[in-house]
Amino acid sequence: MSAPGGHQEALSRRDFLKTSAVGLGGLVLAIDLAGCSKPGSRPGATSVVTTNAWLRIGTDNSITFLCDRSEMGQGVYTGLVTIFAEELGVDPARIAVEFAPAGPAYVNALLGGQITGGSTSVRDAWTRLRTAGAQARELLKTAAAREWDTSASACRVENGEVISPFGKRLSYGAVATAAAALPVPADVALKPATAFQWIGREGRRLDTPAKVDGSAIYGIDVTLPGMLYAALAQPPMLGGKAKSVDDAAARAMPGVRDVVTTTSGIAVVADSWWQARQGRDALRIEWDGSASAGLNDGAILRGLRQAAAKSGIVARKEGDAEGALKAAARVVRAEYELPLLAHATMEPQVCTAHVQASSCDVYVPTQTQGAAQAVAAAAAGLEPAQVKVHTTFLGGGFGRRLDVDFIPAAVEASKATGKPVKLLWTREDDITHDTYRPPAYDTVAGGFDRDGNLVAWKLHLTGPSITARVFPGAVPAGAVDPFAIEAAANYPYDVPNVLVDWVPHEVGLDVGYWRSVSHALNCFVAESFMDELALAAGRDPAAFRRALLAKQPRYREVLDVALRRSGYDKPAAAGRFRGIAVMEGYDTYMAQVAEISIEDGKVKVHRIVCALDCGQTINPTIVVAQVESAILFGLSAALWGEINVQGGRVQQSNFHDYRVVRMNEVPAIETYVVGSDNPPGGIGEPATALVAPAICNAIHAATKRRLRSLPVKRHNLA
Amino acid sequence: MLTLNVNGVDRSLDVDPATPLLWVLRDTIGLTGTKYGCGMALCGACTVHLDGQPVRSCITQVGTVGTAKVTTIEGLSPDRSHPVQRAWIELDVPQCGYCQSGQIMSASALLAQTPRPTDADIDAAMAGNICRCGTYQRIRAAIHRAAELGGETQP
Ligand code: FES
Ligand code: FES
Repeated sequence: MSAPGGHQEALSRRDFLKTSAVGLGGLVLAIDLAGCSKPGSRPGATSVVTTNAWLRIGTDNSITFLCDRSEMGQGVYTGLVTIFAEELGVDPARIAVEFAPAGPAYVNALLGGQITGGSTSVRDAWTRLRTAGAQARELLKTAAAREWDTSASACRVENGEVISPFGKRLSYGAVATAAAALPVPADVALKPATAFQWIGREGRRLDTPAKVDGSAIYGIDVTLPGMLYAALAQPPMLGGKAKSVDDAAARAMPGVRDVVTTTSGIAVVADSWWQARQGRDALRIEWDGSASAGLNDGAILRGLRQAAAKSGIVARKEGDAEGALKAAARVVRAEYELPLLAHATMEPQVCTAHVQASSCDVYVPTQTQGAAQAVAAAAAGLEPAQVKVHTTFLGGGFGRRLDVDFIPAAVEASKATGKPVKLLWTREDDITHDTYRPPAYDTVAGGFDRDGNLVAWKLHLTGPSITARVFPGAVPAGAVDPFAIEAAANYPYDVPNVLVDWVPHEVGLDVGYWRSVSHALNCFVAESFMDELALAAGRDPAAFRRALLAKQPRYREVLDVALRRSGYDKPAAAGRFRGIAVMEGYDTYMAQVAEISIEDGKVKVHRIVCALDCGQTINPTIVVAQVESAILFGLSAALWGEINVQGGRVQQSNFHDYRVVRMNEVPAIETYVVGSDNPPGGIGEPATALVAPAICNAIHAATKRRLRSLPVKRHNLA
Repeated sequence: MLTLNVNGVDRSLDVDPATPLLWVLRDTIGLTGTKYGCGMALCGACTVHLDGQPVRSCITQVGTVGTAKVTTIEGLSPDRSHPVQRAWIELDVPQCGYCQSGQIMSASALLAQTPRPTDADIDAAMAGNICRCGTYQRIRAAIHRAAELGGETQP
């Protein structure tokens, strides 16, 4: 059961919900829902009962699930309610969903904060939400059983009703108030998978209707009475500072109400965003860019190469890879490098804040409510408990909204003007002030014995630590950042001597978590190099991997399925070439086969076959959607993605120079889910990471050219 | 003052005629279904219809709209009954959903013009609409499905 504080915050989220919170054996009773037309309110509901932090039941039998993870497309709005509803015994389709506030009940045990990321939402919720749902169900059964003077164990539930042994029925709404007064059962039995009614079945996404008629509220859509709009002038060079600001012209422009110096730039506040933006563009600012004047791509890569000369922090060690490489009959070595990348969420960064004397409301598309609350409190000069975080739908996340850098300026602008302020970044702001996927410079070596067996494998990674920046102090000196060594430390192939080490090296700009994080960096290196090793050994890349995965049945099965479905045993059509990649990430096992051709020196991706084992699936249609989504995210990055820096300035600014996949460029994507009884694996991210190595391995098959840096567009393939 | 017909309603607006239609719809009228993604006609998130033709409202000055009838996602149907919306629901197209108003407006304009579009027609009509979540496969399937649904209801 969750902490009492979480209950109270869960209730205080909506100001129209006047709470009379009474702690009763860990339960909270909330009454007096004022009639109000805000979305999510139910006409006719006169009282609302909550039996835990995720559930509210109205006496009109309305049922609301408080979703404590952010919906950014990955489907938690449907998936988490499905998990909860399965044990609660209610069809998920009849449950209303609201986003939970910040609160201790909602901490993600896998990440230690109220965070949506790392493809953890379902894995974290799997036991927690089923248990909470089962506890609520048992309370409701017990309350109904008392009405009937029978035992709870003799009763059963069916879609929001308790049914007595004699077929009498009471709705959850009818017994919710009594249920909330009962002690929470400590031990509840969870259904076996064979009894699942909704988990694992095709179920509609619950957020679809609001996303086809324009009614879903994203951060950019928040509208408050008396709200002003702000546009922000941020330093054009990373880490720059305003030396002088002449705002006379801006202040004279129509609609402009104020010009506010914030911690992240100069905000122009106006009656509409367009006026704010016109005002912003009229600011005359002299910037001091000396802090990053020497920052450019060449310097970043040189710095990484120099740092790579150091020995790294060991992330995985088996046997003696160095010794085995020295003794090997044949050694293959390679260097790989990866560029900076932007997230480019479809919705640019945005936050609406309303600071008052002793409170602050922030309405924000965030992946991290706790951090949002903390930075808003600091900016407002309040305690975190005085800040209410209202999470909207997210117009994409991809890790970008794990950062909260766009929140303080909105709070500061609201505080300065005394009005609610919506501060929206332009697309250009978004691309030039991202927290970028880190670059990497990696060296890798494999050694064969005299009989051609792979006996040593060493991967030496060099790059900045995202975790050390986002969570200062979280990565002690001498420790590895766990988000730097993914898809490397879990190298699956049966090689007796394995060494993975990592040299942390800061590159002078803010790096962030980017969909699949270091999986995408390291899988490119490890799986491209597996092809190099296979070819060096004169083996087919698939057969070479299969042989070394003999002790890894989950890897091997997905590889076999991908090979079979792609027709790998038969030659590709004329002019077509295939490449494969294999990875485990987020407890999901995956293989991809990419099929490409080269046309006019450019790669054309025709087809990607993906086989995966993500354990128990919650919603199969969302699993497939996430695989397609992650593959296309990886495809944009593999083919075109790079952020360049010159003189401290990010060179890309909008979709014309930060190219992403469009409709006419989409390959056929075939997804095959291999069923398994294992607990759920994450699905939002892993498929991104395999795309680049699968494509580059296919490019090698087509051209005999090994691409050891990305994006593909850097290389002339003619 | 200028007059704008939006979703069948005439509105008198006191705005600078140089203001992009997008921001008039969103901030002045309060129709927030139409989204901002790039401001440069690169992404299609802001797509609306002017007399049935898809336009990028982020680069359309409101003063140039004249008497053309503006249709936004909110005006496509009162109840999500447009064949494109029905197909989108049937196939669970949206992920984050942010681009989908624009996708639906582009798709509905395509189908009005070309009731049975080929894949090449879809590529041509939809290439201007970015979906960063990569829902393109489902968009394509849903456009074909909407063509069937439209054929059923409008012989
Ligand atoms: S916002 Fe108009 S095309 Fe992108
Ligand atoms: S659904 Fe997210 S951008 Fe298209």
